[in-house]
Amino acid sequence: MEEVFQDIIIKHSDDYIINMGPQHPSTHGVLRFELCLLGETVKYIIPHCGYIHRGIEKMCEKNTYQQIIHLTDRFDYLSAHMNNEAVCLAVENALEVEVPERVKYIRTILAELNRIASHQLWWCAFGMDLGALTTFFYGLRDREYILDIFEESFGSRLLHSFNYPGGLMHDLHPNFQQKVKDFIKYFRKKLPEYDQLLTGNIIFQQRSIGMGYMSKEDAISYGVTGPSGRGSGFKCDVRKHHPYSAYSKVDFKEILYTEGDTFARYKARIDEMWESMNIIEQLIDNIPAGDYTAKMKPIIKLPVGDYFQRVETARGELGCYIVSDGNKNPLRVKFRTPNFSNLFIINKIASGNKIADLVAISGSLDLVIPDIDR
Amino acid sequence: MTNDQLKEKINGWISGLEFPENKQYLEIVVPAESLLKLSRLLRETPETLFDYLFCLSGVDYGKQLGVVYHLESTTHNHALVLKVKTDDRVNPNFDTVCGLWRTAEWHEREVFDLLGIKFNNHPDMRRLFLDDEWVGYPLRKDYKDDINIIER
Repeated sequence: MEEVFQDIIIKHSDDYIINMGPQHPSTHGVLRFELCLLGETVKYIIPHCGYIHRGIEKMCEKNTYQQIIHLTDRFDYLSAHMNNEAVCLAVENALEVEVPERVKYIRTILAELNRIASHQLWWCAFGMDLGALTTFFYGLRDREYILDIFEESFGSRLLHSFNYPGGLMHDLHPNFQQKVKDFIKYFRKKLPEYDQLLTGNIIFQQRSIGMGYMSKEDAISYGVTGPSGRGSGFKCDVRKHHPYSAYSKVDFKEILYTEGDTFARYKARIDEMWESMNIIEQLIDNIPAGDYTAKMKPIIKLPVGDYFQRVETARGELGCYIVSDGNKNPLRVKFRTPNFSNLFIINKIASGNKIADLVAISGSLDLVIPDIDR
Repeated sequence: MTNDQLKEKINGWISGLEFPENKQYLEIVVPAESLLKLSRLLRETPETLFDYLFCLSGVDYGKQLGVVYHLESTTHNHALVLKVKTDDRVNPNFDTVCGLWRTAEWHEREVFDLLGIKFNNHPDMRRLFLDDEWVGYPLRKDYKDDINIIER
């Protein structure tokens, strides 16, 4: 056991401790790091979470499956569509409902649009963490296009609740296809600007290349998924390895980098935006006609048993584990959220670096705090 | 390995395990005392090599409390589910697996926080989300909170 616990924290009474957060701009929410410092170098980091714990899993036990959808928006609010999809797919698989092809296509397109919007926000906030304020304006400018499309189709910009067990809430807006095509055309021109602005910047590169090294073994053992894990060479893309919705019909690459540093995690996300645009382009012209929902009973009761559904959100693997006792409410719902696992590697990869680099490293993990606390 | 091969292999290691029916994954109900032994064999044997714990959940089944482990091998691409259950609701405890999968350390802290299941030999068995002074375990079915939970 000795060698396994080598990264365990040993506290001393004369440690110099300061708190970073819960109200700190670069923790992107209410998260507190307890830092032990040696001059400007971080000796160890203890994350304290729970500031925004709302007991979503407990609430799920009192609600029906249709109502749960609306709660799932609220953990990773930047991947709201994929969170909804996880519950919908779990319920559909449990009931063995075949959803129409049209629904699968639309879900995939929306998930990829949501992924681009999420990575855009990450990119602009990451640049801002490192002192490059201009990125914030560029990122938000382009993200606005996607949010406008969402607003037109579902009436909400961030928390969609557009998925529904069996299909979608309602059909798409007639402008949807044209607007998405316009956006892709626009963003293909704008994404190279991101590289010119930040990726090639020598100050940015010096602060990110070689910083916060995460090995592939650590990524697997700590369960670090999403672009953070793929920056270390961990093949964890659920879309590729356990395809759902229309992902088996499209041709796309799993972005892998083997360097495992902050820059590799950064590059993985930038490349994912290109890949998402490829996926959307393959599907947008081929959305089949048909119903936007399958026929479902108004009261959904899952057969006794347990069901697990994995989806890929913008931050990694989301697992939805439902234990049903045959009633209209689940017995237990557990969400394996990507950020929960991604957070706790921070001590391993950031201790030994300067405080300023801790900001870069935690930024490269792309943490969304409500997703950790649930 | 296919599910049948896995089943055969695991039966060779430890006898008397239950394999309930599960459409999705191979499911194993393991007695609490063999949990660590079986986990170690699954993790370290080259043919199985379950190196990725993708979910760890605590469940209150009403009478029993249990922990469910979802495991996957990134080399062989097979997956299985381990379940461990106990009737003891006063002082439930299982062995920790965080020496095998590091992610389990915080998942187990969450289970302790919300369901009150203790994990033996865990390096840091504190509450994760709630205050240290919090009374009771919110995800248990018999948890009562007159202020925050409105019974319908």
